[in-house]
Amino acid sequence: MAEIRLQNLAHSYSSQPTSADDYAIREMNHIWEQGGAYALLGPSGCGKSTLLNIISGLLIPSEGQVLFDSRVVNELTPERRNIAQVFQFPVVYDTMTVFDNLAFPLRNQGMDKEKILAKVQEIADVLDLQTLLKKKARNLTADEKQKVSMGRGLVRDDVSAILFDEPLTVIDPHLKWKLRRKLKQIHEQFNITMVYVTHDQLEASTFADKIAVMYGGQIVQFGTPRELFEKPRHTFVGYFIGSPGMNLIDVQPEPGGVGFGGVHLALSEAMQARIAQTSFSSLKVGIRPEFVHVWDGPYDDAFCAEVAHVEDLGTYKILTLHLAGKKLKIRLAEDKPVPQKQAWISFPGQWLMVYADDYLLEAAGHE
Amino acid sequence: MNKVKNNKAWWLVLPVFLLVAFSAIIPMMTVVNYSVQDIFDQSSRYFVGADWYRQVLLDPRLHDSLLRQFIYSGCVLLIEIPLGIGIALTMPTKGRWSSLCLIVMTIPLLIPWNVVGTIWQIFGRADIGLLGWGLNSLGLSYNYAANTMDAWVTVLIMDVWHWTSLVALLCYSGLRAIPDVYYQAARIDRASAWAVFRHIQLPKMKSVLLIAVMLRFMDSFMIYTEPFVLTGGGPGNATTFLSQTLTQMAIGQFDLGPAAAFSLVYFLIILLVSWLFYTAMTHGDKN
Repeated sequence: MAEIRLQNLAHSYSSQPTSADDYAIREMNHIWEQGGAYALLGPSGCGKSTLLNIISGLLIPSEGQVLFDSRVVNELTPERRNIAQVFQFPVVYDTMTVFDNLAFPLRNQGMDKEKILAKVQEIADVLDLQTLLKKKARNLTADEKQKVSMGRGLVRDDVSAILFDEPLTVIDPHLKWKLRRKLKQIHEQFNITMVYVTHDQLEASTFADKIAVMYGGQIVQFGTPRELFEKPRHTFVGYFIGSPGMNLIDVQPEPGGVGFGGVHLALSEAMQARIAQTSFSSLKVGIRPEFVHVWDGPYDDAFCAEVAHVEDLGTYKILTLHLAGKKLKIRLAEDKPVPQKQAWISFPGQWLMVYADDYLLEAAGHE
Repeated sequence: MNKVKNNKAWWLVLPVFLLVAFSAIIPMMTVVNYSVQDIFDQSSRYFVGADWYRQVLLDPRLHDSLLRQFIYSGCVLLIEIPLGIGIALTMPTKGRWSSLCLIVMTIPLLIPWNVVGTIWQIFGRADIGLLGWGLNSLGLSYNYAANTMDAWVTVLIMDVWHWTSLVALLCYSGLRAIPDVYYQAARIDRASAWAVFRHIQLPKMKSVLLIAVMLRFMDSFMIYTEPFVLTGGGPGNATTFLSQTLTQMAIGQFDLGPAAAFSLVYFLIILLVSWLFYTAMTHGDKN
């Protein structure tokens, strides 16, 4: 059981990093609390796996510290960190039976036979592996193998955290759902800190209480799935989470708000003040396709956009619109009338986010 | 189901069949031909049935060389396979050293058999050879031409020097094919170095080891050139292995019938032992 704390952590694979681009992990501070279920979400190559390997001790970070319950573990090898890791591709010891695979970490600790038997039985029960215990591990299917890999982590009493590195990549879709539920149950049952790396937002939000979104070697936002959806702190989060992603439009500051191509968007005084104080090289507004309001007909404060494309996805429709030369996506509920040729839309103030150099600007009172 | 059967594609196998026929089957049939007849010249030959087989199977000279041959191949495998695995495990995996190691390891494999024999013949001589001279000046009497044990050990070490590289290179390739996550998982499971070897490296090397064992068995079982050059089969018959006995029989004494019969027996022994190795090593794959 442990809280995992990352302090000024950074990592570069080159021995003499010169620019920020040389870093796989840029300096970060982060805390994974004891007993939490976390997801680490991000595109391929954003540094997720590097971060995971640093936590498990397979990599030694080039800068900063990793602390488990305020104990610095930087120099500790994985075997001494009491951590379990499940990899993208299932790792089983081919020549051993499932039982021996599960017993392996315990035997390495020198645990006595009866205790091992009891422990393995318990974990086999949890993972539905009882019927396979006598089978050779090499003859298992991919999902069974992955369960065995997980089992080797769970079987140990001393494990303070389990790290999952995209563990469901090679699993059939219908089994993914089952395994994910299993993981969730295990988390509730054992109260172990779990960090789950994935590039799939659905996987992340079904598994985790809180999601850390990684982009370019940094955690750009850490929050509940709802927070990530409603208030993306970085344009990448807006774009990466949600389907389709957030509409992001380049704008210029204008008196009373911002604007693009003749479209004027009014902003609150506080926000205007915030923009005025900030120096930036790019300014964007973002709004989720779900939050763009579509009027039934012409309306005073609404903008008239051209309908370019309608995509019917069954329970909802996705409209592609052109507004002053910018492309907008809108998610329209099933029961709403579909505008033809022209749509009258407006952007509700509470859902309109302003980003300076890709980071969310918040009006006074917040960071 | 109305499947039209068209077996014309079998004709495409014909070239391969002809090639194999000319390269293997027809020459072997000649041997079979010799093994069941007593042939004096083109016009006088007699069918003798299994007589030659009976004769060679009861020939004590052949028994002796067969026994020697099994002991020799056994020693070769017992030394070269563990040594090759050991070398492969200690070879560097990255950087300049790994390339250098690979090159050094390859050198013995590139030297022709009779040259290897000559190298060791000179190397082991007490008067001008570094090995022979060195051992003798250390007070150890060593003479591969006169002492049976010395001759044996020299032939064996020569083979080890010549062929362990092959085993090591095969194992090395097998080891390189193991994904890193296996080692990472093993570290997290706190596996000892021995457990990593026993449960990860060895099972993953199995297919290349199978090739190594088969190649080394077949090659060492058929060894001819090196001992012939080094010791000429002596002292006495101490290093006269099967192929040399066979050659003496066929070319020295011109006993073509018994020699042909023995060739076939020889061939079947190799086939049988290889099959046993193969079956034993792949047996575990079936659950």
